[in-house]
Amino acid sequence: MGRTLAEKVWDDHVVTRAEGEPDLLFIDLHLLHEVTSPQAFDGLRKSGRKVRRLDLTIATEDHNTPTLDIDKPIADPVSRTQLETLRANCAEFGVRLHPLGDVEQGVVHVVGPQLGLTQPGMTVVCGDSHTSTHGAFGALAFGIGTSQVEHVLATQTLPLAPFRTMAVTVEGELPDGVTAKDLILAVIARIGTGGGQGHVIEYRGSAIEKLSMEARMTVCNMSIEAGARAGMIAPDETTFAYLEDRPHAPRGEDWDDAVAYWRTLRTDDDAVFDREVVIDASELAPFVTWGTNPGQGAPLSASVPDPASYTDPSERTAAERALEYMGLTAGQALRDIRVDTVFVGSCTNGRIEDLRAAADVLRGRAVADGVRMLVVPGSVRVALQAVDEGLDKVFTEAGAEWRHAGCSMCLGMNPDQLAPGERSASTSNRNFEGRQGKGGRTHLVSPQVAAATAVLGRLASPADLSDVTATAGV
Amino acid sequence: MEAFTTHTGRAVPLRRSNVDTDQIIPAHWLKKVTRDGFEDGLFEAWRKDPEFVLNRPEREGASVLVAGPDFGTGSSREHAVWALQNYGFRVVISSRFADIFRGNSLKNGLLTVILPQETVERLWELTEADPAAEVTVDLVAREVRAEGITAGFDLDDNARWRLLEGLDDIGLTLRHEADIAAYEAVRPAFKPSTAVV
Ligand code: SF4
Repeated sequence: MGRTLAEKVWDDHVVTRAEGEPDLLFIDLHLLHEVTSPQAFDGLRKSGRKVRRLDLTIATEDHNTPTLDIDKPIADPVSRTQLETLRANCAEFGVRLHPLGDVEQGVVHVVGPQLGLTQPGMTVVCGDSHTSTHGAFGALAFGIGTSQVEHVLATQTLPLAPFRTMAVTVEGELPDGVTAKDLILAVIARIGTGGGQGHVIEYRGSAIEKLSMEARMTVCNMSIEAGARAGMIAPDETTFAYLEDRPHAPRGEDWDDAVAYWRTLRTDDDAVFDREVVIDASELAPFVTWGTNPGQGAPLSASVPDPASYTDPSERTAAERALEYMGLTAGQALRDIRVDTVFVGSCTNGRIEDLRAAADVLRGRAVADGVRMLVVPGSVRVALQAVDEGLDKVFTEAGAEWRHAGCSMCLGMNPDQLAPGERSASTSNRNFEGRQGKGGRTHLVSPQVAAATAVLGRLASPADLSDVTATAGV
Repeated sequence: MEAFTTHTGRAVPLRRSNVDTDQIIPAHWLKKVTRDGFEDGLFEAWRKDPEFVLNRPEREGASVLVAGPDFGTGSSREHAVWALQNYGFRVVISSRFADIFRGNSLKNGLLTVILPQETVERLWELTEADPAAEVTVDLVAREVRAEGITAGFDLDDNARWRLLEGLDDIGLTLRHEADIAAYEAVRPAFKPSTAVV
C-alpha cells in the first residue's frame, strides 16, 4: 500500500525502531525562543551535556520583546530576565541567536521560512505549538514541551508515538476576497478544536495548490487550533520558487538533488488516510470568530448563534459561557459588533503578503475614530520590505500604529495588551479568554477583514467599504 | 533523573478531585527561567488559607500526595510537575491522572501511582487519623504499603524500567548514540545548516 506524505517524511527520519517502543526520530531543525528554553538549557548544564548539533539549531527573541522603544532597556524586569537568559544560554552553548535589534529577528515561525531554513521533507521542532506553520513546505513540524526541547538539544532526536493521518481536501476556486485565513477558520469550525487530535493533517486539492507559500503557512499555522499534531502541504513549484536563492537554500548540485528528492514528497495515489474531510472552496466566505475558541466561528454575514441551538450539551455550555465572556447576545449580526482595537500581525498573518493585503484596503482611507490599530510585522525583514514598498506610510497615514517586529498582542506577554472589556479584531490565532490581555475580547479575522473593520469600527469586509469614500491621506 | 526504587514518607491527604495544572501552578509563574523555585507557587491560591492541609504543621516534610480523581488536568505546563517536586513530593497517588501530566511526571521522575478510589479513601482516613503514619511506595514490587493497607498497582514495564534505572529519556536515547551517528553519517548533503552564510 502507498504511503502518505507525512508517513514518508516520518520514515525518512527513523533512527531506531523497536517493538513496544516509540520510534526515535532525527530532527533536522530546532528553533528556540526565550519562553520555553531556559529550563532546557539548565538541564543540559546540570547533566554536563552539550548541544549536539549547533548547526541545526537557531534562536530568536519574540514573545517578550517590546514593539516600541526597542533601543531602550526592557521595562518589565521578568521579561528582561527571560531575554537575558536566552542571550546568556546561547553565548554559553554557542547557539546562533537573533536578538532584538538584529536584522534577522522576528517571530520564530516567520524567521525560519524566510531564511530558507525550513525546507520540504524536514523534521522541524520548536517549544511552541504553532511550529505547525512550517508544514506549509511539506515538512513534518510540531511543537514540543520543555523536556523535549532539552532532549533535542542533547540528542538531535525525539522518541515519538505514531500519529494518524487526515486529509482536508479543498477543491475549487476561493471566491474573491476570501483568504487562507477564512479557509482555515472554516475548517476548524467544521471539524472542531479537537477534530484533528492525534492526527497529522494534509491539506490538498486544487484550492490549496493555488495558494501562495505565505497563504499556505497561514493554513498550516492554525492546524494546532484543530487539535492536530501537525499540518502539511505537499511541496510543488510554488514551494521551490519560494525557496530558491534564500540564504540557507541548497545551491548548485545540492539544489538539483534537493528538488529531485522534494518531488518524491507526495502522497501516493493508493495511500489511505485514516480520516478525510472535503470542502468546497466556492462556498467559503470571509469568516470571523464570535466565541472564545477558534472553532467558534461563522461567516461574517451570519449572526451570533443561539446557544440553545446546540444539541451537544457541552457545546451549548461552552457557547453560553463564550457569549457571556464576549459580551454578545444571540442573534446579534456579526457585522454590528463594534471593536476598539485592530491587530494585524503574528505568525499567522504577519508576513509581507498579509501587510500588503491590509494596506490595500486602508490606502486612501482612515481608521475610524476611537479605534486603535496596531500593525506589527512578523519579522524585521518583513518590516524592511514593507517600508521599501511604502506600506508603513499607508498605515500611518490612515492612522494606524506601525510597530517593531514580534509576537506583540498575539498573546500580550509584552506591553501590547487589551484592557479588560476591550474588544479586538485580530489576525492572530487564539481567541482564548484573556489571551490578548486579562478580560480582553478577541475576534479572529483575516488581514483584509481586520483593515476593513478598522475603517468602519465594526466587523466588516472590504466589500462593505465600497460606499466609504477616500478621506484620509489627503 | 534520580532513580526510583522504593520510597517511604508521610502523606498529605488532598481530598479534592479535578485538580488542574492551573491550580497546581498558576500561569504567572511561567515567566521563571528555572526548574527550581516553584515550591511557593504550588497550590498558591489554596495556600492562602491557613487551614489548607499543606499548611498544617504536622504535614511538614511529607513526600507522598494522595489526591482525588482526575489529578493534573488542563494546560500541559511541565511547571506543575516541577512545583510538586520542588516542594518535596516524590509520589502522587490518585485513582485517575490526566495523560499529559502523567507523561510529564514520568519524564521528571515523579512517580504517579493509580489506585482504586476505595484504597485512596482508606489512605486518606489513615493519614488524617495519624499524620505521622508512613506510606511506602515500592516500585520494585509495584505495591503501596501502609498500616493495614497493602495494594498493588500497575505501571507498564517500559516506564517502570526507566524509573527504576533513573533513566531520563535523554539518558535512554544516548544509549543509541551509535545509531544516531550512523544516521547522521548518511544524511543528504543538501539538508540545511544554521551556520551563518
Ligand atoms: S505570534 Fe503568537 S502564536 Fe505565533 S509564536 Fe508568537 S505568540 Fe505564538
